[in-house]
Order: sequence, then C-alpha cells, then structure tokens
Amino acid sequence: MDTQETQASVFDDPIDAPALAEEAGPAIEADRAEIQEALDGAVQTEAQKRQHRHNHLVRAINWNRIEDEKDLEVWNRLVNNFWLPEKVPLSNDIQSWATLTEDEKLLTMRVFTGLTLLDTIQGTVGAVSLIPDAVTPHEEAVLTNIAFMESVHAKSYSSIFSTLASTKEIDDAFRWSTENPYLQRKAEIIIGYYEGDDPLKRKVASTLLESFMFYSGFYLPMHWSSRAKLTNTADMIRLIIRDEAVHGYYIGYKFQKGYEQLTPEKQAELKDYTYSLLYELYENESKYSAELYDPVGLTEDVKKFLHYNANKALMNLGFEPLFPSTVTDVNPAILSALSPNADENHDFFSGSGSSYVIGKAEATEDEDWDF
Amino acid sequence: MNQVVYFSSVSGNTARFVEKLGRPASRIPLYASDPPLEQREPYVLIVPTYGGGDGKGAVPKQVIRFLNDEENRKHLRGVISAGNTNFGAGYGLAGDIIARKCDVPHLYRFELFGTPDDVRVVNDGLDGLWRQ
Repeated sequence: MDTQETQASVFDDPIDAPALAEEAGPAIEADRAEIQEALDGAVQTEAQKRQHRHNHLVRAINWNRIEDEKDLEVWNRLVNNFWLPEKVPLSNDIQSWATLTEDEKLLTMRVFTGLTLLDTIQGTVGAVSLIPDAVTPHEEAVLTNIAFMESVHAKSYSSIFSTLASTKEIDDAFRWSTENPYLQRKAEIIIGYYEGDDPLKRKVASTLLESFMFYSGFYLPMHWSSRAKLTNTADMIRLIIRDEAVHGYYIGYKFQKGYEQLTPEKQAELKDYTYSLLYELYENESKYSAELYDPVGLTEDVKKFLHYNANKALMNLGFEPLFPSTVTDVNPAILSALSPNADENHDFFSGSGSSYVIGKAEATEDEDWDF
Repeated sequence: MNQVVYFSSVSGNTARFVEKLGRPASRIPLYASDPPLEQREPYVLIVPTYGGGDGKGAVPKQVIRFLNDEENRKHLRGVISAGNTNFGAGYGLAGDIIARKCDVPHLYRFELFGTPDDVRVVNDGLDGLWRQ
C-alpha cells in the first residue's frame, strides 16, 4: 500500500512537457545535455562505458541485409531447436527416482543445482555481457536468444525438482549451491571475465562455460540414462546439451573471427590465456567432481568426460585439443547415452566393416533427390 | 583428379580437417553463383552435418546441389561426416542420409575439426579403400 502511494506521488508533479512541436527540439537537447553531464560526472565502470557506447550505436535491425551468414544460420537453428520443459513428461520418472539410494538422490539434487547456477549466470550475465561486443546487429539478436534459452534451462531444473523432490530437499540443495566452495569458485572465475574489459577473453570464458564447465554435471543424467533410470529427465538434459553445442559453436566462431584480426603476438598471448584459463577451471572442476562423485565411485569416469569435452571446447575456439586420447576414452555407455551414433563400431573404417549394413538402394532420380 | 571432395561452411571446421589429412582435395563451392564442381573420378565425400533437430536440412544445400549432378553421384565411393555428439541421433546424420540415398558406406564420423586420432584413422582408411 505504501509503495503504491509513494509511486502515485511521483506523478503528482505536473510534467513540463512542451505543448508545441517546435519547443520539443530544444527541450530534448537540454535533456540530452543534462544526461550527458550526469554521465560525465559519474564514475563509470568499464562495463558501463562499454554498454553506454553500445546503446548509442543501436539501429533498426535489418534481417534483409546480412553481414555474417552464420548469424542467420544459427538464429534459424536455435529457433528450430526451441523447447520448453513442460513438454517433457518428467513425472514418468517418479517411480525411477524412488529406486535411487539417499546418496544418489543427494548427488543428483546437488548436480542439478550446480547446473542451475551455471545456466543462471549464462542467462543473466554471460550471454548478455557479449551483446555490447557484437560486430553485427544480428549477432546481438542471436545472443538475446541464447540468453533466453539459458533462462529456460535454469528453469527446467526446477521442473525436475518439483516433480521428484520435497520442498525441504530442494531448499537444502539450493543452500548447498551457495555454500560449496568449488561451485562458488567457478562462478567467481567466469563472472570476473564477464566483467573484464577484453571482448575476446569474455568469449573464451563463455565458450569454456558452454562447452566444458557444464559437463561434470551433464555426466550424471547420462549415467542414469545408461542404466535405464530417470530417462525422461535425461531426455530433457539432452535438449540442453544440444543447445549448449550450438551456443559454444557460435560464440567460438565469433571468437575466431576476432582472433583472426590480431597480430601474431596478440594471438599467442590470447592462446596462452585460453589454455591457462582452461587449466585453472579444470583444476577446480576436478575438485568439484571429486567432492560430488567420490561417494558413488564415479570420479575417474567423470574426469574422462571432462577431458573429452575440454578438447571440444578448445576446438570450438579453433585451438588444438589438449588432452591425449589416452585420457579421453569416455565410458562407451556414457557416449552412447549422449549419441547412439557415437559407437565407433558403427563406422566402416573403425569398425570390423563386415558388420556394416549398406542401406537399401533408392531410386536416384534427379527430380526426387530430396534429402 | 582429387580423391577427396568436401564441403565446409565459413566456420571452416571441415576444411581444417581436410587440410590435416594432407591429401589433395576439391571443395564444393559455398555460393550458388560460383561455378559448380564437376567430379569425374572416384572420390570420398567429407561433409559437415547441419541442423541437429529433427534431421531436416542435415545435408548442406550446396552438397545436395553437387550430388544432384548424376555424374558426380556416380563416382561417389563413400562418405565421411563431421558433427557433434551433443546432437544425439543427429551426430553425423548428413553422412547417414547420403549413404542411404547413394548406396555407399558411411565410412567414418568425427567431431568438429577432428582429433589427431581421427586424422590417422581416416588416412589409413582412405589408403586401404583406394588399394581395394
């Protein structure tokens, strides 16, 4: 009630808007000068200045004049991939959830709150922080789509929680997420770069988040799925995993476009930075994984999945993989939970060959050559 | 004539993999205004997978245009696909579709621009294939 009255009083003062059109020009000018004076006088952070410069460059977006065809391609792909958690029948997992031990339930709740935190950061800070660095208006639009989908992802974990767990279990898990030092540390490292003043470092941090940092968490629903548990939850996580691949690919691509413009010295510096940031994150991620997965004996398996995805994150940035194949041999059950096509025996070169079945030949007439 | 034909978008992941193979290769042109590629000898096709949703549009339209030339199609011996396991059943789907349509084996799939192991397996595989 109080607030309503307070708000009402704001409008009690008459607005001294000029009644005639010719008076509007000088009034707008005066307004502008006043705002500029206030801005000049205030101490602004680099991020605020960047945002300010960007805001003044915004122009009407013309989708009929594309500067970078990747913007349109990725926009279309993201729109086609759009989904909402309400479409996934999570309640079919209630019986399966009941078969998990208390330790397994606790682990699952914690893993999902950890993922919620990363998606929250990426939705409200990360993707948004990339907007002022965009080099095309369409890139900005794609980033707003990415930011929104990250918020959908963050919300989808709450759908899992409300379907499977009690209010107390949910509250406990969220409290854990604010207290776990490794989880807090990864948030802190990433947010530090988002607030920094280097657009390309921001893209590196963002790509490592999208393509590497989620995977200590994504491991678990793939593990359950491979044991025919929480399969609907796993279906939803696969939708998130698919989205993150497009995000990592796109932000990594934009990074590479910027990287190409740099001098060889600057490139070498940025490459060193990327590998050392990855290493710093990896060290923290290893400890985070050990704390979560040691009680169920899965830590070493999780680490292989981390190595495998760290390599893919680097490749999204255009850099060579870091971890050798001896430590990226992900458990085949996890890989096939991720993709039924990941089984190497499926392929002619790497499989026995004899098991390969050639698809039945179809009439190859030009007019029905429809892929 | 080159025994490898590939397509790569402006992000260039597939081009980078082909470069690492160190074999002479022909690139399918990116734009419809470019002169079409005509392949008149046996070859293996390396393609990225697009989409990632319901499978529609998995084969890049430039590759469809290339394969719509019956002469090009006649010499195709196998397909290698690039993709990302994050796309689930969509991983390397372009290779599955082309293999089925053209009745050739889907030889291999790799992620992004491929690891050194992928390069080795594909090079060994291609050597074996051309010896047959």
